[in-house]
Amino acid sequence: MAKQVKQLDRVIIRFAGDSGDGMQLTGDRFTQESAVFGNDLVTLPNFPAEIRAPQGTLPGVSSFQVHFADHDILTAGDAPDVLVAMNPAALKANLGDLPKGATIIVDTHDFTGRNLQKAGYDANPLESLGDANDQLREFSVHPVDLTGMTVEAVKEFGLSRKDAARAKNMFALGLLSWMYGRPTDSTIAFLTKRFAKVADIRDANITAFKAGWNFGETTETFVVQYEIKPAPMSMGTYRNITGNLALAYGLVAGGVQSGLPVFLGSYPITPASDILHELSKHKGFGVTTLQAEDEIAGVGAAIGASFAGHLGVTTTSGPGIALKSEAIGLAVMTELPLVVVDVQRGGPSTGLPTKTEQADLLQAMFGRNGEAPVPIVAPQSPGDCFDAALEACRIAVTYRTPVMLLSDGYLANGSEPWRIPEIADLPTIDPAFATEPNHELVDADGNVTGTDFWPYLRDEETLARPWAVPGTPGLEHRIGGLEKGEGHGNISYDPANHDFMVRTRQAKVDRIAESLPPLEVDDPSGRAKVLVIGWGSTYGPIGAGVRRVRRAGYDVAQAHLRHLNPFPKDLGEVLKRYDKVLVPEMNLGQLSLLLRGRYLVDAIGYNHVRGLPLKAAELAEAIGNLVADAEGIAVDLTTPSTATEPATEPATEEVSR
Amino acid sequence: MTATDLGLPGLRSGVDLVPTNDEPQTAKEYTSDQEVRWCPGCGDYAVLKAVQGFLPQLGLRRENIVFVSGIGCSSRFPYYLDTYGMHSIHGRAPSIATGIATAREDLSVWVVTGDGDALSIGGNHLIHALRRNVNMTILLFNNRIYGLTKGQYSPTSETGKVTKSTPMGSIDHPFNPVSLALGAEGSFVARTIDSDRKHLTAVLSAAAAHRGTSFVEIYQNCPIFNDGAFDAIKDNDTKADAIIPLEHGRPIRFGAPDASGLGAKGLIHDSETGGVKVALVADVGEDAILVHDAHNPDPTTAFAISRLTDAGYLNQSPIGIFRQVERTTYDDQARSQIQTAQQTAPGTPQDRLAALIGGGDTWTVA
Repeated sequence: MAKQVKQLDRVIIRFAGDSGDGMQLTGDRFTQESAVFGNDLVTLPNFPAEIRAPQGTLPGVSSFQVHFADHDILTAGDAPDVLVAMNPAALKANLGDLPKGATIIVDTHDFTGRNLQKAGYDANPLESLGDANDQLREFSVHPVDLTGMTVEAVKEFGLSRKDAARAKNMFALGLLSWMYGRPTDSTIAFLTKRFAKVADIRDANITAFKAGWNFGETTETFVVQYEIKPAPMSMGTYRNITGNLALAYGLVAGGVQSGLPVFLGSYPITPASDILHELSKHKGFGVTTLQAEDEIAGVGAAIGASFAGHLGVTTTSGPGIALKSEAIGLAVMTELPLVVVDVQRGGPSTGLPTKTEQADLLQAMFGRNGEAPVPIVAPQSPGDCFDAALEACRIAVTYRTPVMLLSDGYLANGSEPWRIPEIADLPTIDPAFATEPNHELVDADGNVTGTDFWPYLRDEETLARPWAVPGTPGLEHRIGGLEKGEGHGNISYDPANHDFMVRTRQAKVDRIAESLPPLEVDDPSGRAKVLVIGWGSTYGPIGAGVRRVRRAGYDVAQAHLRHLNPFPKDLGEVLKRYDKVLVPEMNLGQLSLLLRGRYLVDAIGYNHVRGLPLKAAELAEAIGNLVADAEGIAVDLTTPSTATEPATEPATEEVSR
Repeated sequence: MTATDLGLPGLRSGVDLVPTNDEPQTAKEYTSDQEVRWCPGCGDYAVLKAVQGFLPQLGLRRENIVFVSGIGCSSRFPYYLDTYGMHSIHGRAPSIATGIATAREDLSVWVVTGDGDALSIGGNHLIHALRRNVNMTILLFNNRIYGLTKGQYSPTSETGKVTKSTPMGSIDHPFNPVSLALGAEGSFVARTIDSDRKHLTAVLSAAAAHRGTSFVEIYQNCPIFNDGAFDAIKDNDTKADAIIPLEHGRPIRFGAPDASGLGAKGLIHDSETGGVKVALVADVGEDAILVHDAHNPDPTTAFAISRLTDAGYLNQSPIGIFRQVERTTYDDQARSQIQTAQQTAPGTPQDRLAALIGGGDTWTVA
């Protein structure tokens, strides 16, 4: 039968099922198909910390949300337009996030008494569809026996019923791929490769995938197919990329661009382990990965490798940073290059291992004994993790210092289309190893009697000390955690020297600001009285919230900090230009505290620590309230304005379809 | 998962890949300009002198030697040697040395540590360095006390020891460092004494030649907080009975000599415990005496011998090389994997980076 085709500008789909149902894979494949198709997209995987949480229960639900559009978008979306629920628990756990009118595609197969009970349902909600007591009456519900049809479709392969049923996620993917006109070649190629060694599983998955597509095309359950055109993007070659992958590539690039072998010392921890996994594949680039006995040994080995002339890197999450703190202090004192990656997760303590948060900023800033300044760099989107990692390598090597790279769980596992950079456009990093003595020995009469090497004689511009690696004759020297005498670097307990060295280490980090570009402030009208400033992964939600406010006809400025320490030189001046400064963060106000302390600005926090990204709609409301306050006007965000909308702003961001 | 054949070349000496120096070297060249600041009479002086005297014999380029230490009295050691060095943080020296040794095959890497540094706060790194068999030599100065923090009991102090932190006597059971190293499957495990320069130098020489983690416990007297801890094995009147000398291929005999000129006591297998015990040679006959086999792949007997060390005041202790076996090293294998991967990697690093980041499913917007 002929199907109707409807144009949409954007859709948010959430795949949800039991943690063993393969929802992350399903979401990832749908994302790849959409990326290849040319939509802009942002994803939000959300899964429990347990590998297999109790089956069929609410805590065991794993989901993957993908927002794709025919225009530039910034977030994974506040609320799904479509929910694919593979069991009662997945339905129940996600129902609260759905707006009125949302589409629900539900696999009826697992709606058994026992599963309903596990999910906390007294009665099967699918049996009362259309009745007066229909709990799902606000939604457009499509009950489909996805599992049953999958088992039927793959029976020729002679799999056990359990194995056959496991292909149901591919059936669901096939159905959704049909519904949104996704290209299917990449998924078939993926399945062929993934299951190359198990022919029957491979064939069953491909068959289920195709069966799902065909079901959509023939069934009368679905009468509409949707079309979301490719988004206009600037010229270039793109790929879809997660933050962890981009970050790992950025570290490889840091090695290539500096000519230094990368040495990763790491201990597995969620959500950072994928960086270890990825880097361990790149030995061809001279990358060494050492899976250490603990977090401390990971950073210790990296420091040792840096001393030996490699680019030392350690990757972890917040709890690991706590363990590494003393060693990071050693790297501060010995002034060795070191990149410390913190993929932040919910805390404190073990906290929420698989959820996102930005609450390690102050730990990165201050979490060491003594005055131990460490530069901090934060990426703002998954693809941006590449550039941020390269920037962290640049600072570490150029200034001989540990650098904190603050990613988070949302960036790590989320993905977006990434324009692949040209290698020629990447910055190069000069390790500038010391090769010669740098100091003259003078006798009592002032005659030069020879030369020697002073490991703490600094570069005048960067204040960096020389990096002399073992094997360099004549530059033998000792470094360590005890205070160093200025220049010669021997142990010194002299009070004035300590005061000088404390200030010098701080001055060196402050000096990095000289190499940073001015802060970019997005203030299209130039009339805004409110500035919204953030850091890290809140870039997307803040940007989306700002767009909503502007679209309703109000002025608001946005700035985003890549460098948290030191801040850009003009930050204080930028803050003073605005009457109100709003600082949205997934913590209780850590950047706010720094801005208030440094610039005496009345930074207003907007803070949620729910383990999830901030929501654009809520942010827009907070921004709107502040605009109303600053300008003494009433703000109504519901009516789009036509007069003040800048031409470059996409009109449809975050508008419900 | 299947194991991959690493195809490593034959095992080498611990310093085979380190550049050598053709010119004769002197102890003075290895002495830094820093004033040594240990207490008068400290056993550390003797070890420092022995090391400064031994390093020239190694014949390596001085700039290719790295000493790494943790925290404690002994950990000041690197400052006094004119090589590359790092005085790091408490207990972490083996992890830092692991990074150095894995990064660079052309360096001779040494760790200087103490009983508190290596066995208490850094115990984890020590056992994992031994397990991995990273090519480095660990010198553990064991004075059985905390010196730098002024006299608390250490993980090798005897039970009942009265110290500042144990006024009623320590209730901690001590570690036997050699037993611990053997338990962690150390491929080279030895014990020597600060005051016996000849033995110390011989053990250092064998340790440096060994490829893998060489673990050397050095009994070292602290004259301030634990003076006399090793008197029984140093005193001319008692040492013949206190020291059980281990020499590969020789019967393990000690005590006052009998008519044959060898020690009247020896070690024999103990059928009751499965371990070893001391017996009079006259009682059991020469043939029953154990012949020391440091190269035995099975560490059981070496471990049994290590148990003859007194856990309380040291009246008896085996001294020498307990174990010296060949095992592939972590760092050689790590570098071998990288070399293998690099051999098949085409083009310049920039070309390969472009291929890497440009891989996967891509699309082009014109």
